[in-house]
Amino acid sequence: MSKTLEKRIFIFVCTVPALILLAIFMIVPTVEVFRMSLYKWGGFSNNKVFVGLDNFKILWGDINFIRSLQNSIVLIVFVTLITMVLAILFATLLTREKMKGNGFFRIIFYIPNILSIVVIAGIFSAVYDPATGLLNNLFALFNLDHLQKMWLGDQKIAIYSIGGALIWQAIGYYMVMYMASIANIPESFYEASALEGAGRIRQFFSITLPLIWNNIRTTLTFFIISTINLSFLLVQAMTGGGPDGATEVFLSYMYKQAYTNSSYGYGMAIGVVIFLFSFALSAIISRITNRDVLEY
Amino acid sequence: MKKQTGMNAEKVYRLFIYVALITLSVSIIVPVAWVFLASVKQNKEFYGSPWAVPEGFYFQNFIDAFQKANMGTYMLNSMMVTALALLILLVVALPAAYVLARYTFRGSKLMNSLFKAGLFINVNYIVVPIFLMLLGGDTFLQDQFGGGFLLDNLFVLAVVYAATALPFTVYLLSSYFQTLPSTYEEAALVDGAGYFKTMIRIMIPMARPSIVAVILFNFLAFWNEYIIALTLIPGPNKTLPVGLMNLMAAQKSAANYGQMYAGMVLVMLPTLILYIIVQKKLTQGMTLGGLKD
Repeated sequence: MSKTLEKRIFIFVCTVPALILLAIFMIVPTVEVFRMSLYKWGGFSNNKVFVGLDNFKILWGDINFIRSLQNSIVLIVFVTLITMVLAILFATLLTREKMKGNGFFRIIFYIPNILSIVVIAGIFSAVYDPATGLLNNLFALFNLDHLQKMWLGDQKIAIYSIGGALIWQAIGYYMVMYMASIANIPESFYEASALEGAGRIRQFFSITLPLIWNNIRTTLTFFIISTINLSFLLVQAMTGGGPDGATEVFLSYMYKQAYTNSSYGYGMAIGVVIFLFSFALSAIISRITNRDVLEY
Repeated sequence: MKKQTGMNAEKVYRLFIYVALITLSVSIIVPVAWVFLASVKQNKEFYGSPWAVPEGFYFQNFIDAFQKANMGTYMLNSMMVTALALLILLVVALPAAYVLARYTFRGSKLMNSLFKAGLFINVNYIVVPIFLMLLGGDTFLQDQFGGGFLLDNLFVLAVVYAATALPFTVYLLSSYFQTLPSTYEEAALVDGAGYFKTMIRIMIPMARPSIVAVILFNFLAFWNEYIIALTLIPGPNKTLPVGLMNLMAAQKSAANYGQMYAGMVLVMLPTLILYIIVQKKLTQGMTLGGLKD
């Protein structure tokens, strides 16, 4: 057998199984999402009717979809801001301040990230329970009864309660990411600026923040994508979108239409809109936050 | 005198940092530890203050979860699916990643971009089309042979898990293969070892650190996953997280709190044990890939 033939067979055998799996379970379903969004399909009838962009027109006037859009945007902004500030703060403290127990804190902060979303939903159902929940009883313990709330029952605050669980879940993950890039900044920068009389806060804004800016930009895209995805998984396991649609988010509404409600075509149209939305938002944010990269 | 106040300010500052660090630690440890305590409480204890310590060690919750709530079966299912999916993933991804990292051939560029594009596809978007595809396959098999087997099948679930993890795994492995020196395989090829032998005997063992990272991440992902399992397994052969969801839903009406918290412990205990053993590798490996589902 010639060497080239042997090589060809080798390459073929190695790549084809992966390609087949990728094609069947990722590429074809993705194409299907876009194709199906143009059909009216589902409910009790099993015939597909091509309707062009009708699904998207209905979507525009669907008050429930608008609501899920608002909730998702609230979550993206709320979760990103708080998680990012806390994660950068704790990453700076742990890396720059040489605290005792550095490794211990890092291990603890990362724990929520390895838990199943179903478990996190269970934990926060126990935390937020109005009568026997940890949070309300903690307030009672310190005589702060006026702070007690119906965390998941009150339509106004339920979405922020979901956000709280997402922040709890995410801080450790992003902190570890920022820690890695802060640790890469040469110590000499800090020493030089200390000689010039720069304090901690000045050092943070003039050295740390500009030098990890690229990393922060990358994580902004992660924040958008993972908030959209994780809020769906959490809402699905925790509130099912209730009370009365107050915690309905993008993908939970899509799943409700496409799977529970069997309106496949309409559900996929929602999926397309969400996909384009997250793509556009990431692009815009990446554009806005673009700065000249500082080299070191 | 001035130096004295400087020292004090420094002390107050460090104290303040510790308070912040400890507050966050407590807010993470307490809810998790509370679930462990709640899993050995008797049902009546749940009507008092949640901050009360368990009166005794009520292990019956776990026995009930295993027998009445079927969590034993679900746990076996989860172990099987996770192990099988990891096996399929490694067998398929390792050769593909190696070839993509080392050889250029017709279509290799296209193949690379296909896997890269796959990184942007999230499984939450495509779970319904996958379901419909399998449903369609089952209907077809039903008509032709009188029985479908694609839905409600743990093996198919494992294949779907492996397939959806492929882009990230291939990306991670092939970037690791690229860092390995090519002198080893050149020497092996000159010595007359075939392509397959060179890959299996020499290159794959050298990629061990990245393989460990792949196994860790995907073990957590597969073990914790629920939305695909929920959609593709409508029947009774559930995985552990889906079983836990059912327990949580049932608890709203039946109030079997102890059983539910025992179920939560069953889901998170294996991941916590694994984490304690390998936590260093996990937080280091994360910067290797740095992607999240």
